[in-house]
Amino acid sequence: MMFLRLLSDVRWRAANPRWRRMTCSRRSTSSTAEPHPISLPAQAQVVICGGGIVGTSVAYHLSKLGWKDIVLLEQGRLAAGTTRFCAGIVSTARPVSIELKMADYSNKLYQQLEQETGIKTGTRSTGSISLAQTQDRLISLKRIASSLNVMGIPCEIITPKQVAQLHPLINIHDLVGAMYVPGDALVSSADVSLALATAASRNGVQIHERTSVSHVLVQKGRVTGVETDRGQISCQYFVNCAGQVGLLNFFFLFFPLVFTPSLNSLPTSFLSSAAIVDPDGRIYIRSWQGGILSGGFEKNPKPLFTEGRNQLEIQNLQEDWDHFEPLLSALLRRMPGLEALQIMQLVNCPETFTPDMRCIMGESPTVQGYFVLAGMNSAGISYGGGAGKYLAEWMVNGYPSENVWPLDLKRFGTLQSSRTFLRHRVMEVMPLICDLKVPRWDFQTGRQLRTSPLYDRLDAQGARWMEKHGFERVKYFVPPGKDLLDLDQSKTFYKPDWFDIVGSEVKCCKEAVCVIDMSSFTKFEISSTGDQALESLQYLFSNDLDVPVGHVVHTGMLNEKGGYENDCSIARLNKRSFFMISPTDQQVHCWAWLKNRLPSNSSLTMEDVTWKYTALNLIGPRAVDVLSELSYAPITPEHFPSLFCKEMSVGYANGIRVMSITHTGEPGFMLYIPIEYALHVYNEVMNMGQKYGIRNAGYYALRSLRIEKFFAFWGQDLDAFTTPMECGREFQVKLEKGMEFIGQEALLEQKQNGVYKRFTMFILEDHDTDMDLWPWWGEPIFRNGRYVGKTTSSAYSYTVERHVCLGFVQHFDEKTGEELVVTTDFINQGEYEIDIAGQRFQAKAKLYPFSSLFTHRRRKDEMELSDLTGKR
Amino acid sequence: MPAPAHLFPLIRNCEIGRICSTVCYCHRKHLCCFSSHFAHGHFRCAPQRKFAALCRPKENFNQFIHARDYASTPQRFYLTPPQVNSILKANEYSFKVPEFDGKNISSVLGFDSNQLPANAPIEDRRSAATCLQTRGMLLGVFDGHAGCACAQAVSERLFYYIAVSLLPHETLLEIENAVESGRALLPILQWHKHPNDYFSKEASKLYFNSLRTYWQELIDLNSGETTDVKEALINAFKRLDNDISLEAQVGDPNSFLNYLVLRVAFSGATACVAHVDGVDLHVANTGDSRAMLGVQEEDGSWSAVNLSYDHNAQNEHEVERVKMEHPKSEEKSLVKQDRLLGLLMPFRAFGDVKFKWSIELQKRVVESGPDQLNDNEYTKFIPPNYHTPPYLTAEPEVIHHKLRPQDKFLVLATDGLWETMHRQDVARIVGEYLTGVHHQQPIAVGGYKVTLGQMHGLLTERRARISSVFEDQNAATHLIRHAVGNNEFGTVDHERLSKMLSLPEELARMYRDDITIIVVQFNSHVVGACQNEEL
Repeated sequence: MMFLRLLSDVRWRAANPRWRRMTCSRRSTSSTAEPHPISLPAQAQVVICGGGIVGTSVAYHLSKLGWKDIVLLEQGRLAAGTTRFCAGIVSTARPVSIELKMADYSNKLYQQLEQETGIKTGTRSTGSISLAQTQDRLISLKRIASSLNVMGIPCEIITPKQVAQLHPLINIHDLVGAMYVPGDALVSSADVSLALATAASRNGVQIHERTSVSHVLVQKGRVTGVETDRGQISCQYFVNCAGQVGLLNFFFLFFPLVFTPSLNSLPTSFLSSAAIVDPDGRIYIRSWQGGILSGGFEKNPKPLFTEGRNQLEIQNLQEDWDHFEPLLSALLRRMPGLEALQIMQLVNCPETFTPDMRCIMGESPTVQGYFVLAGMNSAGISYGGGAGKYLAEWMVNGYPSENVWPLDLKRFGTLQSSRTFLRHRVMEVMPLICDLKVPRWDFQTGRQLRTSPLYDRLDAQGARWMEKHGFERVKYFVPPGKDLLDLDQSKTFYKPDWFDIVGSEVKCCKEAVCVIDMSSFTKFEISSTGDQALESLQYLFSNDLDVPVGHVVHTGMLNEKGGYENDCSIARLNKRSFFMISPTDQQVHCWAWLKNRLPSNSSLTMEDVTWKYTALNLIGPRAVDVLSELSYAPITPEHFPSLFCKEMSVGYANGIRVMSITHTGEPGFMLYIPIEYALHVYNEVMNMGQKYGIRNAGYYALRSLRIEKFFAFWGQDLDAFTTPMECGREFQVKLEKGMEFIGQEALLEQKQNGVYKRFTMFILEDHDTDMDLWPWWGEPIFRNGRYVGKTTSSAYSYTVERHVCLGFVQHFDEKTGEELVVTTDFINQGEYEIDIAGQRFQAKAKLYPFSSLFTHRRRKDEMELSDLTGKR
Repeated sequence: MPAPAHLFPLIRNCEIGRICSTVCYCHRKHLCCFSSHFAHGHFRCAPQRKFAALCRPKENFNQFIHARDYASTPQRFYLTPPQVNSILKANEYSFKVPEFDGKNISSVLGFDSNQLPANAPIEDRRSAATCLQTRGMLLGVFDGHAGCACAQAVSERLFYYIAVSLLPHETLLEIENAVESGRALLPILQWHKHPNDYFSKEASKLYFNSLRTYWQELIDLNSGETTDVKEALINAFKRLDNDISLEAQVGDPNSFLNYLVLRVAFSGATACVAHVDGVDLHVANTGDSRAMLGVQEEDGSWSAVNLSYDHNAQNEHEVERVKMEHPKSEEKSLVKQDRLLGLLMPFRAFGDVKFKWSIELQKRVVESGPDQLNDNEYTKFIPPNYHTPPYLTAEPEVIHHKLRPQDKFLVLATDGLWETMHRQDVARIVGEYLTGVHHQQPIAVGGYKVTLGQMHGLLTERRARISSVFEDQNAATHLIRHAVGNNEFGTVDHERLSKMLSLPEELARMYRDDITIIVVQFNSHVVGACQNEEL
C-alpha cells in the first residue's frame, strides 16, 4: 500500500488513512464560486490525475485502444511539472529489457507524433553518444549495445577518435571508448506532452486544467470516483500519474546556456550534433535553442519531500551554484571550449525517484481500479510513451503486451514505503543513476529491515548479505581467517573474489551437508471448513492438488494465457488446509492475486505466515543422517520419499514442518521452524552435523546448484509470459485433473500447436572462467549466427566446471521475422553462441539437465584422505 | 595587539633588516624595547613572554639573521597536510555531556578544546570539570609566564577552590567529618582531561591541606546564606593566590616540593574561567585571556559578545585602577611601554610574587631558598620603581550573563588566539563550523554576463573555502587552523600553515604565541526551556 500512503502525504493530507470511511460521509461537492469554462462531467470511465508526459501518454493510449470516456485532470497547467524541465533526451540505452522497449517505443511514437497531430514536438534524431572513461564502463556500454542491436536498434561501440569526429567540442583524452546510438532523439518534452494531449482530446478525452484531486472514493475495495476541488466525478478507474508520488523529489539540475557569437562561436555542426551522456562525469549535454543545455546527477542530492504541500506547479527552486560546481567542472573538463560561453540560466528542479530505480506501474493490490504510473527516475520522456502504452493495455486488456513485473508496483512491500526508508534509499538511488552497475550489486541503505532470527548468528560466522524484498539473505560465508573481502573486488564483470568460497560451499552441498537460511520465502496457509480450499486451489493452480495428505506439489499459478503468475510449492497439511511456499518477492503480488480470485467466503481463510516460520534448507547427501539423529521419526528414503511433508520434532522443538525438497535438485530437506525454535534447531543441526561435515552456505551456492540442474526460478527465468509448456514443465500441469483451472485452455492449445519459445540450458564451451567476462543475464543468444533469444540467468557450475546459462530460444522466420513453433529438433540442431558484451562464446544447448548430476556418487577407489577432514 | 600583526608580513618579506637596524624592535610582546638602564646584559634568561627579556641587542640581531635565512628559503620545511593535521590535532579534546533518556538536560551540549604550543614547553594550561555536589560546569584557560609552574598549579587547584566556595555548609561539614574519621570523601569534581593534561602527584597532599584549611575556615565562617556564584568565584581566586603565596613563604621540608612552590609563586598565570549552570553563565577573568559569546542573529549571521575585560594597558579602567592603588608619585613609572612597571603585560595574575611581596620578603625567601633559586638572576631581580607593593592582584572581574537561545557557544582562549584573530571572525568561523553551514551568499547569475569559465573559477575558490571546515572534528582545532594559517583573504592557506608549524622551537615563539582554546556549545532547547520556566 505504499503509494496510497505516500500519496496521502502529498496531496490528501486531509484525507489521511481513514479515507476509506470518508467516502460515504463526504458526498456533498463544494464547488466554489470561481468560474471555470467547462464544467466537470458527473461521471467517466477513467479519471487520470496528472497532465505531464506520463498522464497525457496514458490518456493518448487509452483513447487509441478505444476507451473514450476519459477525463484528465491537471492541478496546474499541462506539462508544467517535471516535464517542463525535462532535458528531452530520448535515450534507448537502458540496461533493463522492458525499459529499453519502452524507450524504443517512445522514440518511435514521438517521431510520428508531429505528423499525426500537426503540433511541433521539436523532435530531432541527432543520436546520442554515451562516453566511457573506464574499461568497466565500456563493458557495461558494450552489454547495452549487444541488446540494442538484437532489438534492431542501430548502435555501435566507437573509439575516442570517432567520438571526436562525431562531436566537435569533446575532450577525448580521458576516454576509453563510447557507444553511439544514431537513432536517439532530442525532443521538447512539454511540446510532446501537449501533442499527446491534443491527440487524446481529438479522440474524445476531456482535459481539465487547474483542477486538483482531493481524494479518491473507494467502496468495497473498488474505486468509485474522485473528489476534486471542482466537484465529484464518479468513475471506474483512477489513474495516478501525479509524478511526485511522494517518492521523493530530488534535486535535479540542468542549466541551459546560451552562447554569444561575439565571444566564441560554436561550430554550427554542434547544433545538429548528438546528445552527450557522460555517466562517469555524471552529466549530459545537448544542443538547445541555439545554445547548449547541460545537467547531471550530483553525488550528494538534496532530498525534498513535499510534505502535504499542494504545489500547483513545480516552482524553480533557488539556483544553487555551489551545489552545481562538481557538474560544472565535469562539463568543462568534457568540453573545455565552453569556458567562454555565457550562462543563461541555472534551473533547479525536483525529480522523483523510486527505491530500486525503476518506475512504478500497475494496479493497487488492495483497491481495484486504482492504477499508478509514476516514479520515472528522471527518465520520464524516454519511458513516458512506452509506459503509457503498457498501462493502457493493462487497463483495457487486463495485462500489458510485455512482461512488466520489474516495474509492477506490487514488487514493493508495505515496509518499503516508510518515509525514513525512502529518504535513505533514495539518497542512495539518485547518485546510482550514473554509477556503474556491475553484476550482483546491492543497495547499501535501507538494509536489515527484515531478517531471520538467526541473522546475528550467521553474521558472526562471516555471512555476507544481499537483500530481496527487504529481507536479508546470505550470499556466502567468508571462512574464518580469510581477510574481509574488499567490496571493490567483488564488483567486477569478471571472475569475482568469492569464486573459491562459493565453490567450497557447493562442494559441501554435493558431498556432505550444508545449511542455508531461506526464511525469506513467502509462506501462506490456506484452509477451509469444507472442501472449498481444495476446490479453489484446484482452479487456481495447474497441478493436481488433490494428493494424499503429506504430499508436496510443485505447481504454477497461471494466468489465462497459461503464463506463470507465481511458481510455488504447496504441501497438503491435512484434507482441508494447504501450506504454500512462493518466492520472496511474491508476498504482495500473490496475496493480491489470490485475494481477488478466492471466493470471499468466510469458510475459507488465507493467512500470510511468512513471519511465523524460519526456513532452513539442509542440502546434501548427509542431510538425512543429520536429521535422523535429531528426530525419532524415520526419515530414510523408504519412509520419507522425495516431495513429502511431515510435522515432526527436531531436538526439543516440535511442530516443525519438514519437507523433502531443497529447491536445488540435491537431496535434502526444508525445515519450516516456528521462529521461537529457530535458534535451538539451528544449534542442534550444526552440533549434530559436525561429524557429517556440516557448514553454512549461501544463496550463491544455491544458485549455482539450481542452474546447473536446469531449475527455473520465478522472477528471473519465469514470468507471466512463460507457460509450463515452454519451460519443460508439462509434468507439473495436470490437464486431465478432472476440473477446470486458469490457463487450461491456453495450455491445451499450446500442447496441440507447439510452443513459440523454449527454455534451454547452455553450456559455454570456449569460455575461460579466469580471463573472460562472465555472463550475467540478458545476453543475446545466437543460433547459427542468428539472434534467437536472451538468457535469463547464469551461473558457474562447479560440477561441470563450465558456465551454464539459462534462456529462451525463439524461432524467427528467416525472411519475414515471424515467430515460428520451436521444436526439439530446432533446439538440438543448431550451433549456438552467447554474446557477452559483444564477444561471442560457443555454447552447447540442452533441453534436459545432466542426468549424471543427479546420481553423483563417489566410488570407493576415488576416496582420499581429504574426505575424512571437515569441510569447514 | 595590532602592531605585531602588521609587522608580520614585513618579517616574511625579509624587510626585517631595516627594522632591525633601528636597534630595537618589538615583535609580539615577549621581546621588548628596553630602556637603556636595563640593557646592561647582566641578566641572562630565556625570552619570556610576559616579561621583557633581558637580552643584548647584538644577540637579538643574530636571531634576526636567522629569521631572514628562514624567510628567504621558504621551502626548507614543508609539512604535508596529514603532518599538519597530526600537529594540530595532537592536543585536541572533545567532551559531550551524556544524554539521559535521549534528553540532555544540561544547558551545555559539550565542549571542544585544543592547544598549540609555541613555547617549549608550552606555558598555557586548560581545565574542564563538572561540579558534582552542586550543579554546573567549570571551564578555564590559563596562560603562564616566566615558566609554566604557576599555570600548572592554578589549572590543578582553582576549580577545587571554586567548587568548595560554592558548596553549602552541610556538604562542607560532611566532607570535613569524612576527612576526620578517615571515611571516603564525597567527590566534588569530575574532570574532563586530555591525556596530556597532567596533575602533579607530588604536591597533591600539600594542595589538599591548603584546600582543607580553606573549607575549615568556610565552615567556621558559616554565614548561613546561600552562596553567590560571583562571590564564590572571587573568593576562590583570591584564596588560591593567597595560598600560593603562603606556601612559598612557609616552604616545605621536602626539597623538591620546596622548589616547586617557589617556582609556582615566582612564575605567573592569568586565568579565564567560566561557570555554567542552567542559563546562568559566569565568567571570572584575571589577566588578558578572553571569553567571548557566539550569538546567532535572526538572519543566521554570527556576532560576538565579550564576556570579559582584558586586564592590560589597553584597558583604561585597569590602568586607572592601578594608578588609584598607588601614590601619585608613582604614576609615571607604573605603566611603561604598556607594561606594568615596564615589565609585565597582564595587570592581574596569579603568582608573580615579585610584584606582590615586599622587597624584604622577596630577599628573605630567595636567600633562604634552594640554590637553584639563588642562582636564578631573574628571581633575584627586583622590578624598578618598586615602592608600594603589591602591584598585582589575582582578584578576577566576574561577568554574569543569562543565556538566551541565540547564544550558541562560548569561546575561552588565551591571548595567542586574540592576537591573530578578531573576535568577530572567531564568532563567524566557530558558528559556521558548529552549524555546518557556511554562510556564503548564494551566487545568482541574474542579468550579468558571466561565462562558464568565470563561474567555474569562482565556485572552485568558494569550495576551497568550505572544504577547510570539514577537515576538523573539533571546533577548537578548526579555530587554531584559521588562527595560524589564515591568509590575507581570511581563508586557510596550507602553505602558510605548514611553514608556521615547521618553525624550529627557538623561532616559533617569535611568530606566534601559545594558543589554548575551549569552545563550549550550548543546548538552545534547554536554554529556551529554562528561560520559559523562569518567565
